[in-house]
Amino acid sequence: MFHLEPRPQTSKLWIAITPLLAVVATMIAGGILFAFLGKDPFVSIRLIFWDPLFGDFAFYYRPQLLVKGAPLILIAIGLSLGFRAGIWNIGAEGQYIIGAICGAAVGLAFYPMESWLIFPLMILAGALGGTLWAMIPAILKVRYGTNEILVSLMLVYVAEKLLASMSLGLLKNPEGHGFPGSRNLRDYASAFNDELFAGTGMHWGVAAAFIAVILAYVLLNRHMLGFQIRLTGQAPRAARFAGVNPPRLILFCLGTSGMLAGLAGMFEVSGPSGQISIDFNTGYGFTAIIVAFLGRLHPVGILLAGLLLALTYIGGEIAQGQLNLPAAAIQLFQGMLLFFLLAVDLLSNFRIRLNQRKESI
Amino acid sequence: MDLSAIDPMLLLASLMAASTPVLLAAIGELVVEKSGVLNLGVEGMMITGAICGFAIAVESGSPMLGFLGAAVCGALLSMLFAWLTQYALANQVASGLALTMFGLGLSSLIGQGYQGIKPPATHDLNIPLISDIPVIGPILFQHDPLVYFSIALVAAVWAMLKFSRAGLILRSVGENHSAAHALGYKVVRIRVLAIMFGGACAGLGGAYLSLIQVPQWTEGMTAGAGWIALALVVFASWKPWRVILGAYLFGGISILQLNLQAVGVNIPVAYLAMAPYVVTIVVLVIISSDRKRVSLNAPASLGRVFHASH
Amino acid sequence: MTILLKLEGLTKAYPGVIANDDVSFEVKAGEIHALLGENGAGKSTLVKMIYGLVRPDKGKMTFNGEVFQPAEPRAARASGVAMVFQHFSLFDALSVAENISLGMENPPSRRELSARIREVSNDYKLPLDPNRIIGDLSVGERQRVEIIRCLLQNPKLLIMDEPTSVLTPQEVDVLFETLRKLASEGTSILYISHKLEEIRSLCDQATILRLGKVIDSCVPSEQTARKLAEMMVGQALITPTRKDQKTGDVVLKVSNLTVPSSNPFGTTLKNIALAVRSGEVLGIGGVAGNGQDELLLALSGETRVAQDEISVDGKPVGNLGPNERRKLGLLTAPEERLGHSAAPDMSLVENTMLTAAVRENLARNGFLRWNAAKDFAETIVKKFDVRTPSVNNAAKSLSGGNLQKFVIGREVLQNPRVLVINQPTWGVDASAAADIRQALMFLAEEGAAVVVVSQDLDELLEVSDQLAILNEGRLTSPVATASLNMDDIGLMMGGGAQTEMEAQHVSS
Repeated sequence: MFHLEPRPQTSKLWIAITPLLAVVATMIAGGILFAFLGKDPFVSIRLIFWDPLFGDFAFYYRPQLLVKGAPLILIAIGLSLGFRAGIWNIGAEGQYIIGAICGAAVGLAFYPMESWLIFPLMILAGALGGTLWAMIPAILKVRYGTNEILVSLMLVYVAEKLLASMSLGLLKNPEGHGFPGSRNLRDYASAFNDELFAGTGMHWGVAAAFIAVILAYVLLNRHMLGFQIRLTGQAPRAARFAGVNPPRLILFCLGTSGMLAGLAGMFEVSGPSGQISIDFNTGYGFTAIIVAFLGRLHPVGILLAGLLLALTYIGGEIAQGQLNLPAAAIQLFQGMLLFFLLAVDLLSNFRIRLNQRKESI
Repeated sequence: MDLSAIDPMLLLASLMAASTPVLLAAIGELVVEKSGVLNLGVEGMMITGAICGFAIAVESGSPMLGFLGAAVCGALLSMLFAWLTQYALANQVASGLALTMFGLGLSSLIGQGYQGIKPPATHDLNIPLISDIPVIGPILFQHDPLVYFSIALVAAVWAMLKFSRAGLILRSVGENHSAAHALGYKVVRIRVLAIMFGGACAGLGGAYLSLIQVPQWTEGMTAGAGWIALALVVFASWKPWRVILGAYLFGGISILQLNLQAVGVNIPVAYLAMAPYVVTIVVLVIISSDRKRVSLNAPASLGRVFHASH
Repeated sequence: MTILLKLEGLTKAYPGVIANDDVSFEVKAGEIHALLGENGAGKSTLVKMIYGLVRPDKGKMTFNGEVFQPAEPRAARASGVAMVFQHFSLFDALSVAENISLGMENPPSRRELSARIREVSNDYKLPLDPNRIIGDLSVGERQRVEIIRCLLQNPKLLIMDEPTSVLTPQEVDVLFETLRKLASEGTSILYISHKLEEIRSLCDQATILRLGKVIDSCVPSEQTARKLAEMMVGQALITPTRKDQKTGDVVLKVSNLTVPSSNPFGTTLKNIALAVRSGEVLGIGGVAGNGQDELLLALSGETRVAQDEISVDGKPVGNLGPNERRKLGLLTAPEERLGHSAAPDMSLVENTMLTAAVRENLARNGFLRWNAAKDFAETIVKKFDVRTPSVNNAAKSLSGGNLQKFVIGREVLQNPRVLVINQPTWGVDASAAADIRQALMFLAEEGAAVVVVSQDLDELLEVSDQLAILNEGRLTSPVATASLNMDDIGLMMGGGAQTEMEAQHVSS
């Protein structure tokens, strides 16, 4: 029998190693899963993790890494602030949708006028939309003590219904021959979030993601607010003693994560996706939760984890095309990643010891 | 629009059935939370139960086997959560979310070949004599066995928690795990059992959706029912009978909005469809605004990691 | 007398520390046997082995003539061992009867159990209503629940872990009467304490533990308290001293402080009034759970109150938060070190930032000056002799005494106008405790106003100039310590039984 022995201090080394261990374990378990589905496990893993980066069509896939990674990183950075403080925003998907709706709505309102002012206005609208949507659980938590997990999550479903209504109603393309969905912003230069350098996949959202990583790093390591966030998560009573104002922290963390999710949605709708449609959202808001944990709630870790998860999306599509691997298998794969991460996390806080005799636990 | 097209009798008759999935999932989660564990994976266990129950019922032709299988699958899935939180001492919130994501992926993978199929029918129990009573008969006594089972389960949970020694021990573990450990109770073992019970109930609730209520398999068909079940436990202030009240309230609103959609009320469908979620939020706000009551009723060790150091 | 429990060579090691090293002694039937030792001497581990919570690595136990190896508390209870824990193993939201039933192997039906609780509680003069909820009981009443839970099992051996630390002097007398009655009926009692006078008056035999080893054994009534203390600590004790004190103007003034508790089972503060002068130490005594935590929260600013209920140097501060109060010189140190006055997983440098950012200029425009924090942390470690490999170590890796020295050093070195401190030496070994008390006296000599909240009356008599008692959220008016003895204090501590005695006192 084994037993666990708490480490006197959380091991910094293991904190860095465990995500890698989790990735390896997921690859193995994923391989077994793919084998069960009748696919060659080695080919599947190669298609997912190797081909997008170094395969024959890497020139096409590499930019996609940034395109898919940016929203994940942007959202996960916001989530990580709250998660560190023990404030659980699970509804980033909803804030992402609302950000996209608000951003697109502002852009479409000016159609077909061309002006350089329109895109900045859309960014503001997207950020504001996401922030306001996240302020609902924030204010309810501060004012009434309502559980933010459940409220933010319920609001995802509300946002999805709102998205459906928008793409069927208010924002529907008047020239779309009755098909649901808005005008495509690709055809509207002032509102289109184009690549900054052709062929790199680098659009404004990617730039925003990098800026968010840097700002989050500075906030958490060098600023009082970041210190208070960490303190609140680790020892809430000590945080109050240190003068932290919990309501303000809740508003800040939820508001910021809502803003970043809203921005991600806005950059997505004005760029890679191009239009508001019923199936506009693809679960980035939920995948970002995995990204945040896999990145250890650390800005640099999140950057790397976001790129890795983006890789599984792209590689998953390749495997889907070439091996007929069902899309759900990739979703499952991502879920397993979080499972394994949480399981191996044990190693950073505990030592595993062999028992001489059975201890009564 | 013609509101008179809504038959109040039919509305009430379908209410109990519509409430059953969340009722089952919520009573399971209530037991889990009473033991001091917060399992946010209800949605994942429900949808896994939905597809497992569906697949087993279709393959075997027996809905009862389907329900049984769904309960077993829900419990099996919950053991992942139990292992993470009770042995690997992982954060319960994160583990619950992981379980939900895993369950959603797993269900859509299993569900690949089951789209668009009709499951074998579950027959209603037409209890002789009383089911023929006008008005009350169709509303109360013409349902499938699972509806009655769910009510019986709530009664059993209530009696277990209130009167039995096992219930007392369960509550004590949720109230103060260190003290329970000091008295020699196996905190981890008791919690694992509670988590498995919660998983089985969530699985049953999911299978009710896919085998009776819809009845069909579609991806993501639980649509937040698992989360609503979690909200119901808070709404119920951790009291079993109030879970029924909450579930029927929620079921009533779902049915009402569906009926309003059907008769073409002058409100866009999307807004009607939001109603159950919005009402859940409103109810949560009302309940939680009485902080004193919440802190008195919530199990004191809820969500806290337990590790016996000595 | 026959031997009931015999321990031979019991050893238990934890990583980095040997909690019990070759411990051997005997407890006779009907004997009250003291286990005497400082914090960290290994008393708790030893009794946990007897109670089946911990398995010894080596050694042998014999109970009632048979080899005794309880695998779990259930087995120990079945053999006739019962235990009253220092930190009670009770469930706040459950009733007295439910709590007692949880501690029994084969509890009778609820009605029968209630009847037996009433019967036993009358027999031993420990009145208790089986239907009350634990959360509503006082600390003394909670201990009664634990004791009755044990008595219902008819134990052969009753283990009591520091039972009097939560009792008023009168409650202690009642407890001792109960224990003597039990012993006369043949029950052995293993009594763990570090309070020497108690052991001298109650126990037949004492075994002294130091650093996990049995150092000595004696008949306590034949020894002086000083001799016992030296056996326990292993060195001659130095009593902290202070020079004659000139007191100045009132620095901290509290008037009409009334605060409802945020915790459903907490205590409401009622009309608290006090004034502490510069250079003065005010001791606040009283049994735990009478509003100490609530008072600390109100003084630290974690609970905000009406503006003029608290003032520092004449400035009203009641509505200010902790950091604004720190700016004005009002510093506090709560009782719980891990999780309240320090963050367990953060380094000492980060824990310095926790309270010292304002007064020590550790932040500029919200940006943190980690180098300055590190320097200050190193100063604390040096001046207060905190034993740690580095200031980058996590707070939880320090021993209780060292962390307490760090926490107190952190506040003292910020030159407070007022320092309010709860339980300065709780769980701290004797030499560290003496250092801490000395530091508090120096602080007062330098002109600060100091408030010490403690349950240790000896400590309060030693350090404070004035003493007041907190009882059910009310504070008595302060009395000069020099004129007090234990009996007076007992009267000040009030409570039901005491008011009666007070009445007798007055009438006689």
